[in-house]
Amino acid sequence: MSAIPTPLAVEAVPIAASRGYWATVFARVRRDKLTVICALILLALVILAIFAPWFSPQDPLATSMLKRLAPVGSPGNLLGTDELGRDLLSRLIWGGRLSLFIGILPVVNAFLIGTLLGVTAGFAGGKVNTAIMRTMDVFFAFPSVLLAIAISGVLGAGLFNSIVSLTIVFVPPITRVAESVTTQVRNLDYVEAARASGADALTIVRVHVLGNVLGPVFIYATSLMSVCMILASGLSFLGLGTKPPSPEWGLMLNTLRTAIYTNPLVAALPGAMIFITSICFNLMSDGLRQAMDIKQ
Amino acid sequence: MSALLEVLQLRKHFPIRGGLLNRQTATVRAVDDISFTVEAGETLGVVGESGCGKSTTARLAMHLITPDEGTIVFDGRTVGSSQMPLRDLRRQMQMVFQDSFASLNPRLTIEESIAFGPQVHGTPKAEARERARDLLAKVGLNPAQFIRRYPHELSGGQRQRVNIARALALRPRLVILDESVSALDKSVQAQVLNLLADLKEEFGLTYLFISHDLHVVQYMSDRVMVMYLGRIAEVGPVRALYENPLHPYTRGLLSAMPSLDPDKRTSAAPLIGDPPNPINPPSGCRFRTRCPHAEAVCAEKEPVLAAVGTERLAACHMVVAGSGHSKAAEVAA
Repeated sequence: MSAIPTPLAVEAVPIAASRGYWATVFARVRRDKLTVICALILLALVILAIFAPWFSPQDPLATSMLKRLAPVGSPGNLLGTDELGRDLLSRLIWGGRLSLFIGILPVVNAFLIGTLLGVTAGFAGGKVNTAIMRTMDVFFAFPSVLLAIAISGVLGAGLFNSIVSLTIVFVPPITRVAESVTTQVRNLDYVEAARASGADALTIVRVHVLGNVLGPVFIYATSLMSVCMILASGLSFLGLGTKPPSPEWGLMLNTLRTAIYTNPLVAALPGAMIFITSICFNLMSDGLRQAMDIKQ
Repeated sequence: MSALLEVLQLRKHFPIRGGLLNRQTATVRAVDDISFTVEAGETLGVVGESGCGKSTTARLAMHLITPDEGTIVFDGRTVGSSQMPLRDLRRQMQMVFQDSFASLNPRLTIEESIAFGPQVHGTPKAEARERARDLLAKVGLNPAQFIRRYPHELSGGQRQRVNIARALALRPRLVILDESVSALDKSVQAQVLNLLADLKEEFGLTYLFISHDLHVVQYMSDRVMVMYLGRIAEVGPVRALYENPLHPYTRGLLSAMPSLDPDKRTSAAPLIGDPPNPINPPSGCRFRTRCPHAEAVCAEKEPVLAAVGTERLAACHMVVAGSGHSKAAEVAA
């Protein structure tokens, strides 16, 4: 009998202050093991990249003709060596710097620019919306890979130029998401109520629109990071991104591809790094989306 | 009593665009040339079927949408002129919406939502929050328990109380209640209606009470305005209008009220069919397609809102002697 809860227990309302939105999201993420694991892997990769000089066992640029294409597990070279005898583990650690940088920075840039454009278009509506969104449609006419290659080709090879070209590639999709979310929010009664209280457009955007738009756009942006990394690797692979001898995963994949028959495991390692990182970004953004999707 | 809100010849037509080059292909006559006044201290109920322009009228009065034509005079000052800029109007006139959830920002606490309005008008943050707490207590929610909560943690009735507090935070003189209790359970509805009546007395408010629920309007209103297809059909004091409706549409609406008296129950549909499309309203009287008394004159001439007695107005040929309608004399007599 004691197992049956009394009806009074249901009535009891907790008087304690309730958690804020982000605190709730954080608590929900913590319960999602897969997301936590992915976040930890990404954190580890970022730490490895930032502190590469301390973690890397050897100089990533030191070549050795004697040790060319050593297999995985060779003494002194835990993950083998590349076609110029450089230590692959060191190069993978150092390569994380460039690869993560070029995978994240364009998306961050595009997030800032795209949100600004999208919120402006969505909130202003009418002709402003038409002008911004039709311009974005022009970019949608090209496949993203082709667009990145074309812009990089025009600007020339190099780290800075590939960041610029990738930013341009990711602005349109982020703008479109920001615009559609803003348009939805703009038509809700609480924005109408804010207008009815005499607030000007800027205050309404700041207080009532941004808080409800940034979340979904942020999630979308994190899911783009994996695409961005792969595109950046692709650009390097084609010789349009970073230049040798800088260690970068895409570029390493390119130079090691000739070794695929002689030493397949070593050749596949940079690809595996790209794969792990991008899948972690994707799974994490999935988990975040679920955690932020709090229904009443 | 003096008029607090005067609406003169208000008109709003929404263009429907489509086809090649986004041309305007049709017009929805949402609100077509309506005039009415709300006296200070009264509650004016507005009833009508869905799509008759009730909510559009409310949003036009608040200037949330700009009227095509017409003037709104608040407390003797023309809205939108230098006498009464919009910002000023919005401090004096507030609105409570139907959807209690959609009208609260999910990312703001209850306290922040209520304090937002006063802060916009320059009240310091601490003072605005103090006011939010006072108002929460006034609408029957314990401030200590609710200020830090988010909308999704509240029930529908609680949220609507918060919305009322939010509307009152600017200390308005007129509050537009647009179907504000329609989405609530009957028992909660009664509580909120009583709360509204209490608040009206305490703050000396004037209400424009929009609802499709005739019982609720009867309970709340001093005067009632009946709208049909973007036009006013009839205006009058609540008792006279409910006991002796002048317009056949009002009669139809009232006979559609479910009655507690078994003798008055009817199984016949009091109004047949749907309201015509406001894109192409019928010529003459807009109600003639559903009116049991329609005659030739109804199709030719549009009835004007004519005074009947001292307090009532109706837009029907039958209430105007000599209008050409065969029943004009007997009803008017």
